[in-house]
Amino acid sequence: MKFGVVIFPGSNCDYDAYKVVSDVLKEKVEFLWHKETSLDNYDCIILPGGFSYGDYLRTGAVARFSPIMKSILKFANKGGLVWGICNGFQILLEAGLLPGSMLMNSHLRFVCKNIYIKVERNDLPYTSACQVGQILKIPVAHKDGNYYISQNELLDLERNNQVIFRYCDENGNITQASNPNGSLANIAGICNKEGNVIGLMPHPERASEKILGSDDGRNLFWSLVQHTNGASN
Amino acid sequence: MTAKRKEKLSQAVVYVKLKEGVLDPQGLTIKKALEKLGYQNVKEVRSGKFFEIVFDSNGSKPRAKFLNEISDKLLANPVIEKFEIEVLK
Repeated sequence: MKFGVVIFPGSNCDYDAYKVVSDVLKEKVEFLWHKETSLDNYDCIILPGGFSYGDYLRTGAVARFSPIMKSILKFANKGGLVWGICNGFQILLEAGLLPGSMLMNSHLRFVCKNIYIKVERNDLPYTSACQVGQILKIPVAHKDGNYYISQNELLDLERNNQVIFRYCDENGNITQASNPNGSLANIAGICNKEGNVIGLMPHPERASEKILGSDDGRNLFWSLVQHTNGASN
Repeated sequence: MTAKRKEKLSQAVVYVKLKEGVLDPQGLTIKKALEKLGYQNVKEVRSGKFFEIVFDSNGSKPRAKFLNEISDKLLANPVIEKFEIEVLK
């Protein structure tokens, strides 16, 4: 399986994602500068965390117009796997590849800590190695992670099972206290209707080795590898 | 000596606000701060931003269509925000 990790000016989790793929999973991975336009021969494109263009104007608002985004749109429309993590998620929202938007955290502070998320579905390439209801311990690090969508669109999102991860406590209870940013319905991660494009605020790439305090995030990477390599064998 | 070409500029302001019903944590915090300062008659504060834009337009006013386009495409996120345009000169 071959991953591509996009580097926007201001990305800062690009190396983390790269290292998980190359050193932990031992799979192929290449960096893609945001001015690249060819995405041939990649199975999954990761839009990593960070502060693309300094978060100026709105998070992801400028990066979404990077030259690579037109290719990513085409890649996604053909069914390619596109994975936005944190700032990558924000970019996908601005680009309209995922529905909704981010507001500033309800407490107005940057939040950087380990949190728990509950896996809502495991029929996606990203979660096939997880169990439904499984609780993952993964850190968040953001100031604009307060997921917002209009009430009608939220109903659609829920009806289509597009919510993949919700913030929960360590026992899996979805409570207000376990919601680190004020997101509607404790939403931590969503996918498009087709399930090939996902975004989540927590950082699985920062929790993929025991030495980092948790390797729960590796489940997501491992799901993709199993899904893709299994399908091609 | 050649006379300096006088630049003909025009200006517009784009105001970007959160749509009604969208939670504004900053606005709420500012309201609370005002209350703490003793200003008890503040009913609501909604935060937003504005952009002053100067155009090299050779004297003609920027067209509404153009301003709408840049506001909708970049300056505001239509999912959560709305915008108002004011043409100054």
